[in-house]
Amino acid sequence: HHRSSHSHVTHHTQHALFTPLEHNHSLICFRCSLVTLTEKCPPPAKYGGRHTVTLIPGDGIGPELLNHVKELFRFSCVPVDFEVVNVSSATEDDINNAITAIRRNGVALKGNIETLHTLPASHKSRNNLLRTSLDLYANVMHCKSLPGVQTRHNNIDIMIIRENTEGEYSSLEHESVSGVVECLKIITRTNSLRIAEYAFKLAREKGRKRVTAVHKANIMKLGDGLFLQCCREVAAGYPDIAFDAMIVDNTTMQLVSKPQQFDVMVMPNLYGNVVSNVCAGLVGGPGLVPGANYGRDYAVFETATRNTGKSIADRNIANPTAMLLASCMMLDHLKLHDYATMIRNAVLTTMNETQVSQVLSPHCTLVTMRNTLTCSVLSPDLPSTLT
Amino acid sequence: HRTMASNVWRSMVRKCRLSRVVFSLQLQTVTLIPGDGIGPEISVAVMKIFESAKVPIQWEERNVTAIQGPGGRWMIPPDCKESMDRTLIGLKGPLKTPIAAGHPSMNLLLRKTFDLYANVRPCVSIEGYKTPYTDVDLVTIRENTEGEYSGIEHIIVDGVVQSIKLITEDASRRIAEYAFEYARNNQRNSVTAVHKANIMRMSDGLFLRKCREVAENFKDVKFTEMYLDTVCLNMVQDPTQFDVLVMPNLYGDILSDLCAGLIGGLGVTPSGNIGANGVAIFESVHGTAPDIAGLDMANPTALLLSAVMMLRHMGMHDYGKKIETACFDTIRDKKVLTGDLGGKSKCSEFTEEICRRVRDMD
Repeated sequence: HHRSSHSHVTHHTQHALFTPLEHNHSLICFRCSLVTLTEKCPPPAKYGGRHTVTLIPGDGIGPELLNHVKELFRFSCVPVDFEVVNVSSATEDDINNAITAIRRNGVALKGNIETLHTLPASHKSRNNLLRTSLDLYANVMHCKSLPGVQTRHNNIDIMIIRENTEGEYSSLEHESVSGVVECLKIITRTNSLRIAEYAFKLAREKGRKRVTAVHKANIMKLGDGLFLQCCREVAAGYPDIAFDAMIVDNTTMQLVSKPQQFDVMVMPNLYGNVVSNVCAGLVGGPGLVPGANYGRDYAVFETATRNTGKSIADRNIANPTAMLLASCMMLDHLKLHDYATMIRNAVLTTMNETQVSQVLSPHCTLVTMRNTLTCSVLSPDLPSTLT
Repeated sequence: HRTMASNVWRSMVRKCRLSRVVFSLQLQTVTLIPGDGIGPEISVAVMKIFESAKVPIQWEERNVTAIQGPGGRWMIPPDCKESMDRTLIGLKGPLKTPIAAGHPSMNLLLRKTFDLYANVRPCVSIEGYKTPYTDVDLVTIRENTEGEYSGIEHIIVDGVVQSIKLITEDASRRIAEYAFEYARNNQRNSVTAVHKANIMRMSDGLFLRKCREVAENFKDVKFTEMYLDTVCLNMVQDPTQFDVLVMPNLYGDILSDLCAGLIGGLGVTPSGNIGANGVAIFESVHGTAPDIAGLDMANPTALLLSAVMMLRHMGMHDYGKKIETACFDTIRDKKVLTGDLGGKSKCSEFTEEICRRVRDMD
């Protein structure tokens, strides 16, 4: 099976489906130098030309969205195999298995895992545990207005880089006196420098002009003051990129009145949560924006706003766009750029031209996407079972 | 919208223990804190408008600068404290909060001194001042004394800083009770608790538990809970789904400013702070705007609307209505507007226009 599918793939590329091989090759090399922000090369989980990616369905709408991804990948003959790891909220073992699987494969695609309040406080958020264990320090989200989606604001193009491991999400809490709870927010110099460095590097590589640090250093003078100071230090090393800082409450106000003024934003964990959700709402909602969590060695892709969506689960109304675009980001990370571009174009064409509303059945959306993909597939040698 | 706003503060009159404040036709004293930056100019504007409306109020001006008392503790000047304790009503302009100045924020100090535990900010769309969001009508009630703004920070080792977020049972219960009573007195349908208990299990968990407990005693008001990120997400898509929101300090700060942005910004948003022993301080929540200070360009609307709320709180509804109508009419007319509202007039011209309308009403 492997050999036949492998030969099918090589057969595929020789046709005019993609650009000529030479151009393709140089394009990939160019992209290589641009895209690799992690210090290591792409993950070695490749057998017979096929990558293995950990898939964590999660709760709520996660499983159905990831099924859509699997279907679309199967249809497009993407050389990716999914290793499914189910994580339930109950036991510790599940999440440890998931973490081991990601360490093995290097890349994961996940849905959100629900955190039940009824369980005792010692039961930490599984999603958070995953992020901190794998040290996925940068959460990157690109909010761009889509032409086919009606929103109150237009021409939004903001990249949000959020520190993903510390800050308010340190999960360090204790009840010192009965009825008084202390929660610690940790800001470290190392992590702040790291995230600022990441933000500026990304800004430079994407040709962005300005980085804005979001903080509350007028109140949290030491904590956010340290974060701001680190950003300023890193900014000094990038004179081609403008740097400014804005207080978080002013930022949210500016976002709802004039979001076009923002370019790249970098911030600690909690403010990142607020700002990314505001931006996602501005461009059309949680079903449209993909998110990526990058660490030095691993990368995990998911929807940007990390919703479990329990109220819309299993009713075939969840919008698959965010998860599909996240899977394209994953393909880019695996250096399968041509597949990524093909699927991304199909998704965006469907969104922009057919003006899909959020309540349209994802099944219909997928059929439309398949049709768009079929159009871009020029090869007459595709087996009829796949069209 | 106007009936809504007047109901808001009419019921605050009912709620507050006002036995010590005398509501008579004699002159009422109000502590006025002009503040920094554009503070003095807009305070003068408000005083002028009140004068032209012949409001029976006399102003007692006080300044707030941080001074170090015995034992090294920072505090507000004693004459300001004495005045406020006596008058129980305050109107405050913006105060400076410099970054890394060695002393805590002045606003924070005021809150601690008078135990101003609830910050109430009704956000209602202003007809005549168009924003992308219409029909906004919600109230954010923010716990104002603890939470992330406890001001307790330590450098553990070089390069590692720890900020402490404090959540207590008493403060959480108190703000929840206030929120539900407010909802009941103002005929609001629901109260939504905003939290992040999935991440901050113990602290926000405690806040949430207290809200649930208090909700049991207010069965006539619907109680829901929502994650902070979900609220932000839904707020920018459809703000009409929200009614009264209650939350700890930081989320309240961010959300109340977000909601202010929906209706047009801090330049038009009123705000009130309620204290535990009958003290109420109404303030404009915008910054000191040092870049336009002294240039007669400031917009006094926020402070004016806060002053109108103050009037309603004191039972002077007619005066409040008169001034508010004059203000809204001026904005709707669009002939004399300050720069931030889209016009080219000076602060003094805007003030004069409102004064003129007030006088014409008599």
